[in-house]
Amino acid sequence: MSKLPSLEDFKDRNVVEGSAYYDVDQREAPTTGMEKFKQVVNRTFRFELFIGLWVVLREMIKFDIHTVSYPAEKLPIGPRYRAVHEMQRLWESGTERCIGCGLCEKICISDCIRMDTRIDENSRKEVTEYTINLGRCIFCGYCAEVCPELAIVHGGRYENVSEQRAHYTDFNDMLTPMDMAISGKVAEYPGFGAVTPHEDERIKTTPLAY
Amino acid sequence: METAYLIETVIKIVTILLVFSALAGIGTYFERKVLAFMQRRLGPMNVGPYGIAQVAADGIKLFTKEDIVPTNVVGPIFKIAPVITAATAFMAAAAIPFLPSFEIGGYVVNPIVSDINVGILYVLAVMAVGFYGPLLGGMASANKYALLSAARGAAVFISYEVITGLSLLAPLMMVGSFSLIDLNNFQIEGYWMVVYQPVAMVLFLIAGFAETGRTPFHLVANDHEIIDGFGTEYSGMRWGLFFIGEYANMFFYAFLISILFFGGFGDGSVLGAFALLGKVSFFFFFFLWTRAAWPDVRPDQLMWLCWKVLMPLAVINIVITGFVMMF
Ligand code: SF4
Ligand code: SF4
Repeated sequence: MSKLPSLEDFKDRNVVEGSAYYDVDQREAPTTGMEKFKQVVNRTFRFELFIGLWVVLREMIKFDIHTVSYPAEKLPIGPRYRAVHEMQRLWESGTERCIGCGLCEKICISDCIRMDTRIDENSRKEVTEYTINLGRCIFCGYCAEVCPELAIVHGGRYENVSEQRAHYTDFNDMLTPMDMAISGKVAEYPGFGAVTPHEDERIKTTPLAY
Repeated sequence: METAYLIETVIKIVTILLVFSALAGIGTYFERKVLAFMQRRLGPMNVGPYGIAQVAADGIKLFTKEDIVPTNVVGPIFKIAPVITAATAFMAAAAIPFLPSFEIGGYVVNPIVSDINVGILYVLAVMAVGFYGPLLGGMASANKYALLSAARGAAVFISYEVITGLSLLAPLMMVGSFSLIDLNNFQIEGYWMVVYQPVAMVLFLIAGFAETGRTPFHLVANDHEIIDGFGTEYSGMRWGLFFIGEYANMFFYAFLISILFFGGFGDGSVLGAFALLGKVSFFFFFFLWTRAAWPDVRPDQLMWLCWKVLMPLAVINIVITGFVMMF
Protein backbone atom coordinates (compact mmCIF):
# COMPACT_ATOMS: atom_id res chain seq x y z
CA MET A 1 0.00 0.00 0.00
CA SER A 2 1.49 3.30 -1.12
CA LYS A 3 -0.19 5.79 1.19
CA LEU A 4 -1.27 5.29 4.75
CA PRO A 5 -4.91 4.24 4.92
CA SER A 6 -7.21 6.91 6.26
CA LEU A 7 -9.93 6.43 8.80
CA GLU A 8 -12.44 6.25 5.98
CA ASP A 9 -10.54 3.35 4.48
CA PHE A 10 -10.73 1.50 7.74
CA LYS A 11 -14.44 2.10 8.01
CA ASP A 12 -14.93 0.18 4.81
CA ARG A 13 -15.13 -3.33 6.17
CA ASN A 14 -15.44 -4.84 2.73
CA VAL A 15 -12.12 -6.64 2.64
CA VAL A 16 -10.95 -6.78 -0.96
CA GLU A 17 -7.65 -6.39 -2.74
CA GLY A 18 -6.25 -2.96 -1.99
CA SER A 19 -8.44 -2.13 0.98
CA ALA A 20 -7.02 -1.04 4.29
CA TYR A 21 -7.34 -4.55 5.65
CA TYR A 22 -5.00 -7.25 4.52
CA ASP A 23 -4.22 -10.77 5.58
CA VAL A 24 -1.40 -11.18 8.02
CA ASP A 25 1.61 -13.17 6.95
CA GLN A 26 0.08 -16.57 6.38
CA ARG A 27 2.37 -19.22 5.05
CA GLU A 28 1.43 -22.51 3.60
CA ALA A 29 1.82 -25.26 6.17
CA PRO A 30 4.31 -27.86 4.96
CA THR A 31 2.69 -31.06 3.82
CA THR A 32 5.37 -33.47 2.75
CA GLY A 33 7.85 -34.93 5.17
CA MET A 34 10.78 -33.25 3.52
CA GLU A 35 9.18 -29.81 3.75
CA LYS A 36 8.41 -30.35 7.42
CA PHE A 37 11.97 -31.40 8.04
CA LYS A 38 13.27 -28.32 6.26
CA GLN A 39 11.02 -26.11 8.34
CA VAL A 40 12.31 -27.60 11.56
CA VAL A 41 15.92 -27.24 10.51
CA ASN A 42 15.27 -23.72 9.37
CA ARG A 43 13.68 -22.72 12.63
CA THR A 44 16.34 -24.39 14.69
CA PHE A 45 19.30 -22.82 13.01
CA ARG A 46 17.89 -19.38 12.50
CA PHE A 47 17.68 -19.30 16.31
CA GLU A 48 14.20 -17.84 16.29
CA LEU A 49 13.84 -18.66 19.95
CA PHE A 50 16.70 -16.35 20.82
CA ILE A 51 15.02 -13.42 19.13
CA GLY A 52 12.18 -13.78 21.61
CA LEU A 53 14.64 -14.01 24.47
CA TRP A 54 16.44 -10.90 23.29
CA VAL A 55 13.25 -8.89 22.97
CA VAL A 56 12.16 -9.48 26.55
CA LEU A 57 15.68 -8.95 27.88
CA ARG A 58 15.91 -5.68 25.99
CA GLU A 59 12.65 -4.52 27.54
CA MET A 60 13.96 -5.45 30.96
CA ILE A 61 17.17 -3.51 30.46
CA LYS A 62 15.42 -0.50 29.01
CA PHE A 63 13.25 -0.52 32.13
CA ASP A 64 10.56 1.48 30.44
CA ILE A 65 7.86 0.72 32.98
CA HIS A 66 4.28 1.45 32.05
CA THR A 67 2.68 0.61 35.35
CA VAL A 68 0.34 3.16 36.85
CA SER A 69 0.34 2.48 40.58
CA TYR A 70 -3.36 3.02 40.70
CA PRO A 71 -4.56 4.26 44.00
CA ALA A 72 -1.52 6.53 44.22
CA GLU A 73 -1.58 7.73 40.63
CA LYS A 74 -4.50 7.92 38.31
CA LEU A 75 -4.79 8.22 34.60
CA PRO A 76 -6.70 11.27 33.43
CA ILE A 77 -10.15 10.53 32.13
CA GLY A 78 -11.94 12.23 29.30
CA PRO A 79 -13.84 15.41 30.18
CA ARG A 80 -17.05 13.94 28.87
CA TYR A 81 -16.79 10.86 31.03
CA ARG A 82 -20.03 10.22 32.87
CA ALA A 83 -19.26 9.47 36.48
CA VAL A 84 -20.85 10.68 39.71
CA HIS A 85 -22.90 13.82 39.21
CA GLU A 86 -21.96 17.24 40.39
CA MET A 87 -24.46 19.84 41.43
CA GLN A 88 -23.16 23.24 40.41
CA ARG A 89 -23.55 26.58 42.13
CA LEU A 90 -23.71 30.01 40.63
CA TRP A 91 -20.54 32.01 40.64
CA GLU A 92 -19.93 34.46 43.44
CA SER A 93 -23.40 34.33 44.97
CA GLY A 94 -23.10 30.63 45.49
CA THR A 95 -26.79 29.99 45.02
CA GLU A 96 -27.59 26.54 43.87
CA ARG A 97 -28.24 26.57 40.19
CA CYS A 98 -31.02 24.08 40.34
CA ILE A 99 -34.34 25.83 39.86
CA GLY A 100 -36.38 22.81 40.76
CA CYS A 101 -37.90 22.39 37.33
CA GLY A 102 -38.05 18.64 37.79
CA LEU A 103 -36.97 17.77 34.28
CA CYS A 104 -34.18 15.54 35.45
CA GLU A 105 -36.50 13.67 37.76
CA LYS A 106 -38.88 13.17 34.91
CA ILE A 107 -36.38 12.00 32.36
CA CYS A 108 -34.32 9.73 34.54
CA ILE A 109 -34.83 6.30 33.10
CA SER A 110 -33.91 4.40 36.17
CA ASP A 111 -36.08 6.58 38.31
CA CYS A 112 -33.40 7.36 40.78
CA ILE A 113 -33.74 11.12 41.13
CA ARG A 114 -36.15 12.21 43.78
CA MET A 115 -36.84 15.85 44.58
CA ASP A 116 -39.24 18.00 46.50
CA THR A 117 -39.91 21.71 46.12
CA ARG A 118 -41.89 24.41 47.80
CA ILE A 119 -42.74 28.02 47.23
CA ASP A 120 -40.67 30.14 49.56
CA GLU A 121 -41.40 33.49 51.20
CA ASN A 122 -40.45 35.44 48.09
CA SER A 123 -42.76 33.33 45.96
CA ARG A 124 -39.81 31.60 44.38
CA LYS A 125 -39.52 27.91 43.91
CA GLU A 126 -37.08 26.36 46.28
CA VAL A 127 -35.65 22.86 46.21
CA THR A 128 -36.04 21.25 49.59
CA GLU A 129 -35.02 17.71 48.83
CA TYR A 130 -32.83 16.45 46.08
CA THR A 131 -31.36 12.96 46.02
CA ILE A 132 -29.86 10.77 43.36
CA ASN A 133 -29.74 7.11 44.21
CA LEU A 134 -26.38 6.34 42.71
CA GLY A 135 -26.85 2.68 43.47
CA ARG A 136 -29.49 2.63 40.78
CA CYS A 137 -28.21 5.28 38.43
CA ILE A 138 -26.97 3.87 35.17
CA PHE A 139 -24.99 7.03 34.36
CA CYS A 140 -26.80 7.53 31.10
CA GLY A 141 -26.35 11.28 31.28
CA TYR A 142 -29.94 12.19 30.39
CA CYS A 143 -30.35 14.27 33.52
CA ALA A 144 -27.29 16.34 32.69
CA GLU A 145 -28.42 16.67 29.11
CA VAL A 146 -31.88 17.87 29.95
CA CYS A 147 -31.03 20.31 32.71
CA PRO A 148 -31.78 23.85 31.46
CA GLU A 149 -29.59 25.52 34.07
CA LEU A 150 -26.41 23.41 33.74
CA ALA A 151 -27.08 22.65 37.37
CA ILE A 152 -26.50 18.95 37.22
CA VAL A 153 -23.50 17.69 35.31
CA HIS A 154 -21.44 14.55 35.31
CA GLY A 155 -18.14 14.72 37.14
CA GLY A 156 -15.07 12.56 36.93
CA ARG A 157 -15.31 10.83 40.28
CA TYR A 158 -15.58 7.20 39.22
CA GLU A 159 -14.68 5.46 42.45
CA ASN A 160 -17.85 4.76 44.36
CA VAL A 161 -17.81 2.40 47.22
CA SER A 162 -19.80 2.39 50.37
CA GLU A 163 -20.94 0.12 53.12
CA GLN A 164 -24.47 1.43 52.97
CA ARG A 165 -26.82 2.20 50.18
CA ALA A 166 -27.90 5.36 51.92
CA HIS A 167 -24.50 6.82 51.24
CA TYR A 168 -25.15 6.61 47.55
CA THR A 169 -27.76 9.29 47.73
CA ASP A 170 -25.92 12.02 49.54
CA PHE A 171 -26.70 15.26 47.84
CA ASN A 172 -24.11 17.26 49.76
CA ASP A 173 -21.43 15.03 48.39
CA MET A 174 -22.26 16.12 44.90
CA LEU A 175 -22.83 19.76 45.65
CA THR A 176 -20.01 22.11 44.84
CA PRO A 177 -18.68 23.43 48.17
CA MET A 178 -19.84 26.92 49.04
CA ASP A 179 -16.41 28.39 49.64
CA MET A 180 -15.35 27.39 46.15
CA ALA A 181 -18.33 29.16 44.68
CA ILE A 182 -17.81 32.34 46.64
CA SER A 183 -14.13 32.53 45.86
CA GLY A 184 -15.02 32.03 42.22
CA LYS A 185 -13.25 28.74 41.87
CA VAL A 186 -16.17 26.84 40.41
CA ALA A 187 -14.80 25.11 37.40
CA GLU A 188 -17.17 25.66 34.56
CA TYR A 189 -17.59 22.09 33.74
CA PRO A 190 -16.43 20.91 30.32
CA GLY A 191 -17.98 17.52 30.77
CA PHE A 192 -21.28 15.91 30.11
CA GLY A 193 -24.19 18.31 30.43
CA ALA A 194 -22.05 21.39 29.96
CA VAL A 195 -22.16 23.77 27.06
CA THR A 196 -19.85 22.68 24.28
CA PRO A 197 -17.16 25.19 23.31
CA HIS A 198 -18.52 25.99 19.87
CA GLU A 199 -22.10 26.42 21.06
CA ASP A 200 -22.29 30.04 19.87
CA GLU A 201 -21.78 29.11 16.25
CA ARG A 202 -24.47 26.51 16.41
CA ILE A 203 -27.16 28.87 17.68
CA LYS A 204 -29.75 29.58 15.03
CA THR A 205 -32.06 32.54 15.08
CA THR A 206 -35.60 31.59 15.78
CA PRO A 207 -37.74 32.29 12.78
CA LEU A 208 -40.46 34.58 14.08
CA ALA A 209 -42.75 34.33 11.13
CA TYR A 210 -44.51 31.13 12.04
CA MET B 1 29.33 -44.38 62.82
CA GLU B 2 30.83 -41.35 64.44
CA THR B 3 28.60 -39.00 66.36
CA ALA B 4 30.30 -36.01 64.79
CA TYR B 5 29.48 -37.31 61.33
CA LEU B 6 25.88 -37.86 62.32
CA ILE B 7 25.51 -34.40 63.73
CA GLU B 8 27.18 -32.88 60.71
CA THR B 9 24.85 -34.68 58.35
CA VAL B 10 21.75 -33.66 60.26
CA ILE B 11 22.91 -30.05 60.28
CA LYS B 12 23.50 -30.20 56.53
CA ILE B 13 20.10 -31.69 55.88
CA VAL B 14 18.33 -29.10 57.98
CA THR B 15 20.31 -26.31 56.35
CA ILE B 16 19.45 -27.51 52.86
CA LEU B 17 15.80 -27.87 53.78
CA LEU B 18 15.59 -24.42 55.29
CA VAL B 19 17.67 -22.67 52.66
CA PHE B 20 15.82 -24.13 49.72
CA SER B 21 12.37 -23.72 51.24
CA ALA B 22 13.23 -20.08 51.79
CA LEU B 23 14.73 -19.83 48.33
CA ALA B 24 11.51 -21.18 46.87
CA GLY B 25 9.74 -18.25 48.46
CA ILE B 26 12.31 -15.71 47.36
CA GLY B 27 12.34 -17.38 43.96
CA THR B 28 8.68 -16.48 43.51
CA TYR B 29 9.50 -12.89 44.31
CA PHE B 30 12.21 -12.81 41.69
CA GLU B 31 10.02 -14.62 39.24
CA ARG B 32 7.32 -12.01 39.59
CA LYS B 33 9.76 -9.15 39.39
CA VAL B 34 11.62 -10.51 36.38
CA LEU B 35 8.44 -11.34 34.53
CA ALA B 36 7.04 -7.94 35.39
CA PHE B 37 10.10 -6.06 34.17
CA MET B 38 10.15 -8.03 30.97
CA GLN B 39 6.52 -7.11 30.42
CA ARG B 40 7.11 -3.47 31.37
CA ARG B 41 5.33 -3.79 34.66
CA LEU B 42 6.52 -3.17 38.18
CA GLY B 43 5.45 -6.37 39.87
CA PRO B 44 4.73 -6.49 43.59
CA MET B 45 5.40 -3.06 45.08
CA ASN B 46 3.19 -2.54 48.09
CA VAL B 47 4.32 -4.94 50.81
CA GLY B 48 7.61 -3.73 52.17
CA PRO B 49 10.19 -1.76 50.19
CA TYR B 50 9.88 -2.73 46.53
CA GLY B 51 7.44 -5.43 47.58
CA ILE B 52 10.14 -7.59 49.10
CA ALA B 53 7.90 -8.61 52.00
CA GLN B 54 5.37 -10.01 49.56
CA VAL B 55 7.06 -13.35 50.13
CA ALA B 56 6.17 -13.21 53.81
CA ALA B 57 2.62 -12.17 53.02
CA ASP B 58 2.22 -15.09 50.62
CA GLY B 59 3.72 -17.45 53.16
CA ILE B 60 1.32 -16.33 55.87
CA LYS B 61 -1.54 -16.73 53.45
CA LEU B 62 -0.49 -20.25 52.48
CA PHE B 63 0.03 -21.38 56.05
CA THR B 64 -3.19 -19.98 57.46
CA LYS B 65 -5.51 -20.91 54.65
CA GLU B 66 -8.19 -23.44 55.36
CA ASP B 67 -7.09 -26.96 54.54
CA ILE B 68 -9.75 -28.34 52.24
CA VAL B 69 -9.99 -32.01 51.35
CA PRO B 70 -12.89 -32.11 48.90
CA THR B 71 -15.52 -34.84 49.00
CA ASN B 72 -15.01 -37.77 46.62
CA VAL B 73 -11.24 -37.51 46.63
CA VAL B 74 -9.20 -40.51 47.64
CA GLY B 75 -8.18 -39.07 50.97
CA PRO B 76 -4.84 -40.66 51.88
CA ILE B 77 -3.44 -40.41 48.36
CA PHE B 78 -4.71 -36.89 47.95
CA LYS B 79 -2.92 -35.96 51.14
CA ILE B 80 0.35 -37.73 50.44
CA ALA B 81 0.79 -36.48 46.86
CA PRO B 82 2.17 -32.99 47.62
CA VAL B 83 4.50 -34.49 50.19
CA ILE B 84 5.92 -36.78 47.52
CA THR B 85 6.70 -33.86 45.26
CA ALA B 86 8.41 -31.80 47.93
CA ALA B 87 10.14 -34.71 49.62
CA THR B 88 11.63 -36.20 46.47
CA ALA B 89 12.84 -32.80 45.36
CA PHE B 90 14.78 -32.43 48.60
CA MET B 91 15.89 -36.05 48.67
CA ALA B 92 17.42 -35.57 45.26
CA ALA B 93 19.49 -32.77 46.74
CA ALA B 94 21.36 -35.23 48.96
CA ALA B 95 23.93 -36.01 46.28
CA ILE B 96 24.39 -32.50 44.93
CA PRO B 97 27.51 -30.64 46.07
CA PHE B 98 26.26 -27.13 46.67
CA LEU B 99 29.63 -25.58 47.33
CA PRO B 100 33.22 -26.76 47.37
CA SER B 101 34.40 -28.11 50.71
CA PHE B 102 35.62 -25.49 53.15
CA GLU B 103 37.10 -25.36 56.64
CA ILE B 104 35.53 -23.98 59.77
CA GLY B 105 37.98 -23.90 62.66
CA GLY B 106 40.04 -26.77 61.32
CA TYR B 107 36.99 -28.90 60.64
CA VAL B 108 36.53 -29.71 56.95
CA VAL B 109 32.94 -29.41 55.81
CA ASN B 110 31.79 -30.97 52.57
CA PRO B 111 28.60 -29.16 51.56
CA ILE B 112 27.11 -32.35 50.18
CA VAL B 113 24.97 -34.62 52.30
CA SER B 114 26.41 -37.78 50.86
CA ASP B 115 28.95 -38.17 48.07
CA ILE B 116 27.66 -41.52 46.87
CA ASN B 117 29.38 -43.08 43.90
CA VAL B 118 26.18 -43.22 41.84
CA GLY B 119 25.45 -39.54 42.55
CA ILE B 120 23.90 -38.35 39.34
CA LEU B 121 22.01 -41.58 38.85
CA TYR B 122 20.54 -41.21 42.32
CA VAL B 123 19.58 -37.58 41.73
CA LEU B 124 17.84 -38.32 38.47
CA ALA B 125 16.10 -41.40 39.84
CA VAL B 126 14.73 -39.60 42.87
CA MET B 127 13.68 -36.61 40.79
CA ALA B 128 11.87 -39.05 38.53
CA VAL B 129 10.01 -40.49 41.50
CA GLY B 130 8.81 -36.97 42.13
CA PHE B 131 6.45 -37.27 39.24
CA TYR B 132 4.24 -39.50 41.39
CA GLY B 133 3.23 -36.29 43.14
CA PRO B 134 1.39 -34.73 40.20
CA LEU B 135 0.23 -38.10 38.94
CA LEU B 136 -1.30 -39.33 42.20
CA GLY B 137 -2.53 -35.84 43.07
CA GLY B 138 -4.35 -35.59 39.77
CA MET B 139 -5.75 -39.09 39.92
CA ALA B 140 -6.98 -38.79 43.50
CA SER B 141 -8.57 -35.38 43.01
CA ALA B 142 -11.87 -36.57 41.54
CA ASN B 143 -11.59 -33.81 38.99
CA LYS B 144 -11.56 -34.38 35.24
CA TYR B 145 -9.16 -31.59 34.50
CA ALA B 146 -6.79 -32.65 37.21
CA LEU B 147 -6.88 -36.18 35.86
CA LEU B 148 -6.24 -35.04 32.29
CA SER B 149 -3.38 -32.86 33.39
CA ALA B 150 -1.91 -35.69 35.45
CA ALA B 151 -2.05 -37.98 32.43
CA ARG B 152 -0.42 -35.38 30.25
CA GLY B 153 2.17 -34.69 32.90
CA ALA B 154 2.95 -38.38 33.25
CA ALA B 155 3.44 -38.74 29.51
CA VAL B 156 5.78 -35.75 29.44
CA PHE B 157 7.81 -36.83 32.44
CA ILE B 158 8.32 -40.36 31.26
CA SER B 159 9.29 -39.26 27.77
CA TYR B 160 11.75 -36.71 28.99
CA GLU B 161 13.28 -39.08 31.52
CA VAL B 162 14.57 -40.83 28.42
CA ILE B 163 16.12 -37.65 27.11
CA THR B 164 17.70 -36.78 30.45
CA GLY B 165 19.24 -40.20 30.75
CA LEU B 166 20.47 -40.46 27.18
CA SER B 167 21.84 -36.93 27.07
CA LEU B 168 23.86 -37.53 30.23
CA LEU B 169 25.22 -40.80 29.00
CA ALA B 170 27.76 -39.18 26.71
CA PRO B 171 29.37 -36.93 29.37
CA LEU B 172 29.31 -39.80 31.85
CA MET B 173 31.10 -41.99 29.33
CA MET B 174 33.84 -39.38 29.11
CA VAL B 175 34.22 -38.99 32.86
CA GLY B 176 33.69 -42.59 33.80
CA SER B 177 32.03 -41.82 37.12
CA PHE B 178 28.56 -41.07 38.41
CA SER B 179 29.72 -38.95 41.31
CA LEU B 180 28.98 -35.27 40.86
CA ILE B 181 32.23 -34.42 42.59
CA ASP B 182 34.15 -36.46 40.02
CA LEU B 183 32.17 -34.85 37.25
CA ASN B 184 33.09 -31.49 38.65
CA ASN B 185 36.76 -32.34 39.07
CA PHE B 186 36.96 -33.65 35.53
CA GLN B 187 36.41 -30.12 34.31
CA ILE B 188 39.23 -28.60 36.35
CA GLU B 189 42.03 -29.76 34.07
CA GLY B 190 40.26 -29.64 30.74
CA TYR B 191 37.59 -27.34 29.46
CA TRP B 192 34.02 -27.18 30.68
CA MET B 193 31.97 -30.16 29.66
CA VAL B 194 29.82 -27.96 27.44
CA VAL B 195 32.79 -27.60 25.09
CA TYR B 196 33.00 -31.34 24.59
CA GLN B 197 29.29 -32.03 24.73
CA PRO B 198 27.28 -29.02 23.53
CA VAL B 199 24.51 -31.20 22.15
CA ALA B 200 24.16 -33.08 25.42
CA MET B 201 23.99 -29.74 27.24
CA VAL B 202 21.17 -28.46 25.06
CA LEU B 203 19.28 -31.73 25.36
CA PHE B 204 19.70 -31.81 29.13
CA LEU B 205 18.52 -28.23 29.40
CA ILE B 206 15.44 -28.92 27.30
CA ALA B 207 14.69 -32.02 29.33
CA GLY B 208 15.13 -29.94 32.46
CA PHE B 209 12.33 -27.66 31.38
CA ALA B 210 10.08 -30.66 30.87
CA GLU B 211 11.00 -32.27 34.17
CA THR B 212 10.44 -29.15 36.20
CA GLY B 213 7.32 -28.34 34.20
CA ARG B 214 8.49 -24.84 33.38
CA THR B 215 7.04 -22.71 30.70
CA PRO B 216 7.74 -23.90 27.25
CA PHE B 217 6.62 -27.28 28.56
CA HIS B 218 4.22 -26.08 31.21
CA LEU B 219 1.75 -28.84 30.50
CA VAL B 220 1.19 -30.17 33.98
CA ALA B 221 -0.79 -27.10 34.85
CA ASN B 222 -3.46 -26.15 32.38
CA ASP B 223 -2.99 -22.47 31.93
CA HIS B 224 -5.15 -22.57 28.85
CA GLU B 225 -8.02 -24.02 30.88
CA ILE B 226 -7.45 -21.28 33.48
CA ILE B 227 -7.00 -23.87 36.19
CA ASP B 228 -3.94 -25.26 37.84
CA GLY B 229 -3.94 -28.74 36.33
CA PHE B 230 -3.31 -31.48 38.83
CA GLY B 231 -3.28 -28.91 41.62
CA THR B 232 -6.81 -27.67 40.92
CA GLU B 233 -8.34 -29.20 44.04
CA TYR B 234 -5.45 -28.30 46.30
CA SER B 235 -5.35 -25.28 48.55
CA GLY B 236 -3.33 -23.83 51.35
CA MET B 237 -0.16 -25.54 52.40
CA ARG B 238 -0.81 -28.70 50.39
CA TRP B 239 -0.66 -26.63 47.26
CA GLY B 240 2.28 -24.83 48.81
CA LEU B 241 4.19 -28.10 49.01
CA PHE B 242 3.73 -28.69 45.30
CA PHE B 243 4.97 -25.20 44.82
CA ILE B 244 8.03 -25.59 47.00
CA GLY B 245 8.77 -28.85 45.22
CA GLU B 246 8.63 -27.17 41.82
CA TYR B 247 10.90 -24.34 42.85
CA ALA B 248 13.32 -26.59 44.69
CA ASN B 249 13.49 -28.71 41.56
CA MET B 250 14.29 -25.63 39.52
CA PHE B 251 17.15 -24.76 41.84
CA PHE B 252 18.49 -28.29 41.88
CA TYR B 253 18.33 -28.48 38.12
CA ALA B 254 20.22 -25.24 37.93
CA PHE B 255 22.85 -26.75 40.22
CA LEU B 256 23.00 -29.95 38.19
CA ILE B 257 23.47 -28.24 34.88
CA SER B 258 26.07 -25.86 36.29
CA ILE B 259 28.04 -28.74 37.81
CA LEU B 260 27.68 -31.12 34.90
CA PHE B 261 28.33 -28.83 31.99
CA PHE B 262 29.62 -25.48 33.19
CA GLY B 263 32.53 -26.31 35.38
CA GLY B 264 30.72 -26.48 38.70
CA PHE B 265 32.77 -24.94 41.49
CA GLY B 266 36.01 -25.44 39.60
CA ASP B 267 39.03 -26.16 41.77
CA GLY B 268 37.13 -25.41 44.95
CA SER B 269 38.48 -21.95 45.69
CA VAL B 270 36.27 -19.20 47.07
CA LEU B 271 36.14 -17.77 43.58
CA GLY B 272 34.91 -21.11 42.28
CA ALA B 273 32.20 -21.20 44.90
CA PHE B 274 30.95 -17.79 43.87
CA ALA B 275 31.21 -18.78 40.24
CA LEU B 276 28.98 -21.76 40.95
CA LEU B 277 26.40 -19.57 42.66
CA GLY B 278 26.60 -17.17 39.75
CA LYS B 279 25.98 -19.95 37.24
CA VAL B 280 23.10 -21.30 39.28
CA SER B 281 21.56 -17.85 39.48
CA PHE B 282 21.91 -17.49 35.75
CA PHE B 283 20.13 -20.75 35.07
CA PHE B 284 17.41 -19.90 37.53
CA PHE B 285 17.05 -16.59 35.75
CA PHE B 286 16.96 -18.47 32.49
CA PHE B 287 13.94 -20.45 33.72
CA LEU B 288 12.15 -17.15 34.37
CA TRP B 289 13.42 -15.55 31.23
CA THR B 290 12.02 -18.23 28.95
CA ARG B 291 8.74 -17.98 30.75
CA ALA B 292 8.47 -14.37 29.68
CA ALA B 293 9.65 -15.03 26.13
CA TRP B 294 8.33 -18.31 24.88
CA PRO B 295 4.86 -19.69 24.40
CA ASP B 296 3.82 -23.09 25.63
CA VAL B 297 3.90 -25.93 23.15
CA ARG B 298 1.07 -28.36 22.63
CA PRO B 299 1.35 -31.83 24.19
CA ASP B 300 1.55 -33.53 20.80
CA GLN B 301 4.31 -31.14 19.73
CA LEU B 302 6.12 -31.97 22.91
CA MET B 303 5.91 -35.68 22.23
CA TRP B 304 6.98 -35.09 18.68
CA LEU B 305 9.96 -33.09 19.86
CA CYS B 306 10.91 -35.74 22.38
CA TRP B 307 10.66 -38.88 20.31
CA LYS B 308 11.41 -37.66 16.81
CA VAL B 309 14.04 -35.02 17.41
CA LEU B 310 15.66 -35.12 20.80
CA MET B 311 15.94 -38.86 21.28
CA PRO B 312 17.58 -39.55 17.90
CA LEU B 313 19.92 -36.63 18.54
CA ALA B 314 20.84 -38.01 21.93
CA VAL B 315 21.51 -41.45 20.51
CA ILE B 316 23.62 -40.04 17.67
CA ASN B 317 25.51 -37.98 20.23
CA ILE B 318 26.27 -41.10 22.26
CA VAL B 319 27.40 -43.02 19.19
CA ILE B 320 29.70 -40.25 18.04
CA THR B 321 31.13 -39.82 21.54
CA GLY B 322 31.73 -43.55 21.66
CA PHE B 323 33.55 -43.55 18.36
CA VAL B 324 35.69 -40.59 19.30
CA MET B 325 36.63 -42.19 22.60
CA MET B 326 37.43 -45.49 20.94
CA PHE B 327 39.87 -44.10 18.39
S1 SF4 C 1 -27.48 9.63 34.70
FE1 SF4 C 1 -29.34 8.73 33.90
S2 SF4 C 1 -29.89 7.22 35.42
FE2 SF4 C 1 -28.41 8.54 36.40
S3 SF4 C 1 -29.61 10.08 37.45
FE3 SF4 C 1 -29.12 10.90 35.43
S4 SF4 C 1 -30.87 10.31 34.15
FE4 SF4 C 1 -30.95 9.06 36.00
S1 SF4 D 1 -33.17 19.59 35.46
FE1 SF4 D 1 -31.57 20.85 36.43
S2 SF4 D 1 -32.66 22.62 37.14
FE2 SF4 D 1 -34.22 21.11 36.70
S3 SF4 D 1 -34.54 20.06 38.65
FE3 SF4 D 1 -33.00 18.91 37.59
S4 SF4 D 1 -31.06 19.74 38.28
FE4 SF4 D 1 -32.65 21.20 38.86
